[in-house]
Amino acid sequence: MTAFAVESSGLTKRFGRQVAVDAVDLAVPRGTVYGFLGPNGSGKTTTIRMLLGLIRPTDGGHALLGERMPAGAARVLPKVGALVEGPGFHPYLSGLDNLRRLDAADRTGDRRTAQARIRTALDRVGLGAAARKRYRAYSLGMRQRLALAAAILAPRDLLILDEPTNGLDPQGTREVRALIAALAAEGSTVLLSTHLLSEVEQICGHVGVMHQGRLVAQSTLADLRSEAAPRVRVTTDRPHDAARVLRELGLTDVVTGGAEAAGVLGPIAPEKVVAALVHDGVPVRGFGVVAPDLEELFVGLTGEGFDVSG
Amino acid sequence: MSAVDAPAFFLSELRLAGRRRRNQAGLAVLAAVPIIIAVAMKVAAPTGDGTSEGPHFLGSITSNGYFVALAALAVEIQLLLPIAVATVAGDSVAGEANQGTLRYLLTVPVDRTRLLAVKFAAIVVGAFVATLTVATAGLLAGWALFGAGPVTLLSGSQASVGGSLLRLLAMCAYITVCLSALGAIGLFVSTLTEQPMGATIAITIIAVTSWVLGAVPQLDWLHPYLLTNSWNAFGELLRSPIAWEPLRDGLLSAAAYMLIFLSAAWARFTTADVTS
Repeated sequence: MTAFAVESSGLTKRFGRQVAVDAVDLAVPRGTVYGFLGPNGSGKTTTIRMLLGLIRPTDGGHALLGERMPAGAARVLPKVGALVEGPGFHPYLSGLDNLRRLDAADRTGDRRTAQARIRTALDRVGLGAAARKRYRAYSLGMRQRLALAAAILAPRDLLILDEPTNGLDPQGTREVRALIAALAAEGSTVLLSTHLLSEVEQICGHVGVMHQGRLVAQSTLADLRSEAAPRVRVTTDRPHDAARVLRELGLTDVVTGGAEAAGVLGPIAPEKVVAALVHDGVPVRGFGVVAPDLEELFVGLTGEGFDVSG
Repeated sequence: MSAVDAPAFFLSELRLAGRRRRNQAGLAVLAAVPIIIAVAMKVAAPTGDGTSEGPHFLGSITSNGYFVALAALAVEIQLLLPIAVATVAGDSVAGEANQGTLRYLLTVPVDRTRLLAVKFAAIVVGAFVATLTVATAGLLAGWALFGAGPVTLLSGSQASVGGSLLRLLAMCAYITVCLSALGAIGLFVSTLTEQPMGATIAITIIAVTSWVLGAVPQLDWLHPYLLTNSWNAFGELLRSPIAWEPLRDGLLSAAAYMLIFLSAAWARFTTADVTS
């Protein structure tokens, strides 16, 4: 048994001349909740489709739960629950019948326990009461819940969930988060693709960040945070003088704004900064050392641009 | 993974098709045609000299209700039965892709070859059910309006009611094989697109074009290769002794079409990127 639930090396997908996923080396340790982050169009979903064997990599390869894919698909995929790019069900079947069909398609599923497993899955996602309604009458949130129920129809060692809280109301979002945490506590590894940073902060231990098809960062959330350079923030009525002092001390990325000057601290001790400011007669009204929050880290890795990656 | 479990997915596929309103309505339309034929013949009371215009067998209807079934098959094999097969076949893979259910079936996982096998088996069953519906509706309507009895075969001899029913069943089986060849083409077309309606239209056009080309005498060199060339040979089963040669040609042609297009569907689908 390998230490990684998902392991890829040089995973690459080109569509024509466009490189959608560029040499991605994923390493998702077993037993973790791994936040797979990235702006829209950064290659997350294409990567997930490759992981599940839906599309063929142009180059590179990967293994799920220690089994090479796609050769080991028949052995390993029954142990993998997946939600890919939103729900997909037969509109004129009920939620219950849709799950029955998926279960019937699974050769490894035990027919005798099917009824109980389907019931449990529906109850866990809170769809028990709407099980016999036609899928076409479901709201977006209910559809998302049904897709989650399908992902947990059988005991899974690995869950690959692509934006599972998409379309859910705040209450539903909390329930799904709690469900993911519970599944992780039961021993499943979870690969959670999302762009909701609050979700990542609350439930993920590891993160990987995609940008323009490349995996630009991958580590534990704590390491990612500690690598992030803390900034000092000086509140003063002479921000330009303060900025000059900061620059002279060797702080980088110094900016001023309103009654504030800020810069990246680097190796300099914060107390020295205060002393230098006071020595130069800059009136310091407030001083703080701030670690960037996840959003700033994320933007730092993937850029400010609002445009989707091309 | 016991032997009992193996057909669970196939049975689920049949249930899915059987419960669709569209398919139920389609079968009702197929069943309506022989009833309309029977009623029209009863009302119009043709001369019955066997040389009247129109499709085969219409002239014999008034003498025996059995021929309503044959007339209905001869009429519907031209367009309605091919449309029925095109609908099911066009939907087979493209419909799952269109609804987003394909990616979830494949990650269950359902092996892609197995998925194609189950889809094709369902198309064949669908073609048989459709054909049998036409024959049964024709038989019942004919018996009700013109009575049952021993059937005078095309060669002049008589067949008992039981014997004639066996021959009718054999005709349905033969037509099912012919339609399955169209179904194989349809399965292939369905792997090329995510638009089931587009696939269905394309498959229907293929069948109609084949009939049209078959009706142009100047193209007689092409006729042996046409999909529909031997479809009407099911009538040979009404001779005594049965003329096997046209039937054998039809079965071989259907087998060739199936071999080619099932291989093409397999080659395409097992290597395709599923981005739906």
